Amino acid sequence: MKPKRFSWPGAALIAGLVFLYLPLVVVIVYSFNESRLVTVWTGFSTRWYGELMADSQLLRAAGVSLTVALLSATIATVLGTLAGFVLTRFGFFRGRALLVGTIAAPLVMPEVITGLSLLLVFVALEQGFAWMPGRGILTIVLAHASLTMSYVAIVVQARLAGMERDIEEAAADLGATPATVFRTITLPLIFPAVAAGWLLAFVLSLDDLVIASFVAGPQSTTLPMMVFSSIRLGVSPKINALAAILVLLTAVLLVVAARVQRGSKPAESSAG
Amino acid sequence: MSAGAPATLRVADVTKCFGAVTAVDAVSLDVRANEFLCLLGPSGCGKTTLLRMMAGFEAPDSGRVFIGDDDMTATPPHARPVNMMFQSYALFPHMSVEGNVAFGLKQEGLRGEALNARVKEALAVVELEGLGARKPHQLSGGQRQRVALARCLAKRPRVLLLDEPLAALDKHLRERTQRELTALRHRLGISFVVVTHDQDEAMAMADRVAVMDRGKILQIAPPRELYERPANRAVAAFFGDVNIWEGEVVAGNKVHCAALQIAFPVTDLLPVGSRVEAAVRPEQIAFTSIDALLTGVVSDVVYRGTASTYFVRHAGGAVIRVARQNSGPETFQRGDTVGLSWPTSAVRVLTS
Repeated sequence: MKPKRFSWPGAALIAGLVFLYLPLVVVIVYSFNESRLVTVWTGFSTRWYGELMADSQLLRAAGVSLTVALLSATIATVLGTLAGFVLTRFGFFRGRALLVGTIAAPLVMPEVITGLSLLLVFVALEQGFAWMPGRGILTIVLAHASLTMSYVAIVVQARLAGMERDIEEAAADLGATPATVFRTITLPLIFPAVAAGWLLAFVLSLDDLVIASFVAGPQSTTLPMMVFSSIRLGVSPKINALAAILVLLTAVLLVVAARVQRGSKPAESSAG
Repeated sequence: MSAGAPATLRVADVTKCFGAVTAVDAVSLDVRANEFLCLLGPSGCGKTTLLRMMAGFEAPDSGRVFIGDDDMTATPPHARPVNMMFQSYALFPHMSVEGNVAFGLKQEGLRGEALNARVKEALAVVELEGLGARKPHQLSGGQRQRVALARCLAKRPRVLLLDEPLAALDKHLRERTQRELTALRHRLGISFVVVTHDQDEAMAMADRVAVMDRGKILQIAPPRELYERPANRAVAAFFGDVNIWEGEVVAGNKVHCAALQIAFPVTDLLPVGSRVEAAVRPEQIAFTSIDALLTGVVSDVVYRGTASTYFVRHAGGAVIRVARQNSGPETFQRGDTVGLSWPTSAVRVLTS
């Protein structure tokens, strides 16, 4: 066996991974801590998972978060897919540059600004039109959808830009109307990107604290909001258990998103 | 096909610009019933744009496109009774071979047994029975080309448009497919419009060839006429090897070429004093020891199997290309002094 030599790139990689993931590992390890004190290890136990399951407030917040994530990801996927399609397939039209800008804006806008501006809009709607009184799940869904549809649009746009135009033209040539072409040809071929976009939007929504804090109503506390507020009152090991579950769920969804997008690369590229 | 047959597709004075570039410049063209027409030209000459305007993918800036008797200039692609085979074949990667062929028929509302029968029939025409369940990526290049063809033929179009149909095939398969395409056209009785940059391909398949350059049609004629009576220098040079000399018409219906220091007779009647170009194909020039029009020294010989090309340098500096079958008894070496002659009928006078 060759003696292992020290390598700078390898060391840098390990240092980077430790920097990024050590906190997560610590959280997961301590979620199995028996002690009530978060920082003192006294032995292995799953009791905090049990207490977590008994905490109706936290479970309700988890329910709100999942509902918001499901709804907002679905809305964002429909709108983002259409936006991506328009940007790649409609050629030049009046206001195209404006659309490109408005789609990119939420990606670079500080979340505080996005949250504040959305809150002002919702308050104005409530005062002016008595629409969405008190705010709640619906306002968070709309806020998250408006943010995450940009991500979906960009993922879908990249996929469409890499797809040969002539496949859709061939379908039109064979007698399919534009709507049929989109439904039977375009959509199945960009489906991996659409699915990945949905998962991305779902994870982003599940993760969001800042925007949700601005636009949530009293009855619609999301999980990150609940965690954040409970930490101020002292960290319960329950939160560690919750964090471990969320890390796992997010990781699984991201892996699935990556798999879906890579797994079925368009067959036309492999056929060339 | 007769010359008087009605046009199945007519392009009238069509122009298409992309920005500052005029891709197709005031082109008019008739595709006759059951005709095999080739659009031939170098890349960027506008031939594919012209084809795409026939299919409806590009809207002309001016001019009309008629299919049959109907003005279809503004008709979208899905409503035109023509079908196009794309250079990339553009098969639907997520559908089986059968799914690809059935796609166009489903758009006509065909279902069940009627649909299956038409799919089977189309696959039989291209000899792909038994491969219906495969996906496009499981097929060879030649098979994919056949699926693309079957998908178009299943629709029974009045005109079949093919964009470089053979470009992606290897040489052996290309020749076979060439013969099959021409056979198919005789069997099915539909018109073919084929875009190609390969003059051999055009000559081998087409009833008529439209030679295009820079958005204009230089000449439309049967292959033999294009070769033997090209309308201008560009067409003459595009089809095979040719000697072209500048000259001036002199008395006695002769052309005097300064570079060759001779005057030789031509068949065309031309006004004395006009500047012309005379074109003679290398294979029309013969080596001769008596009554030579001119003499020169062989400067190079290129062996090409059945024939050789001799480069003969004339005392005036001009190099004349002579093609000669290699079946004859005597051959010439570099440095040999030879006499050359050609029949008057071999000279084609180009006026532009």
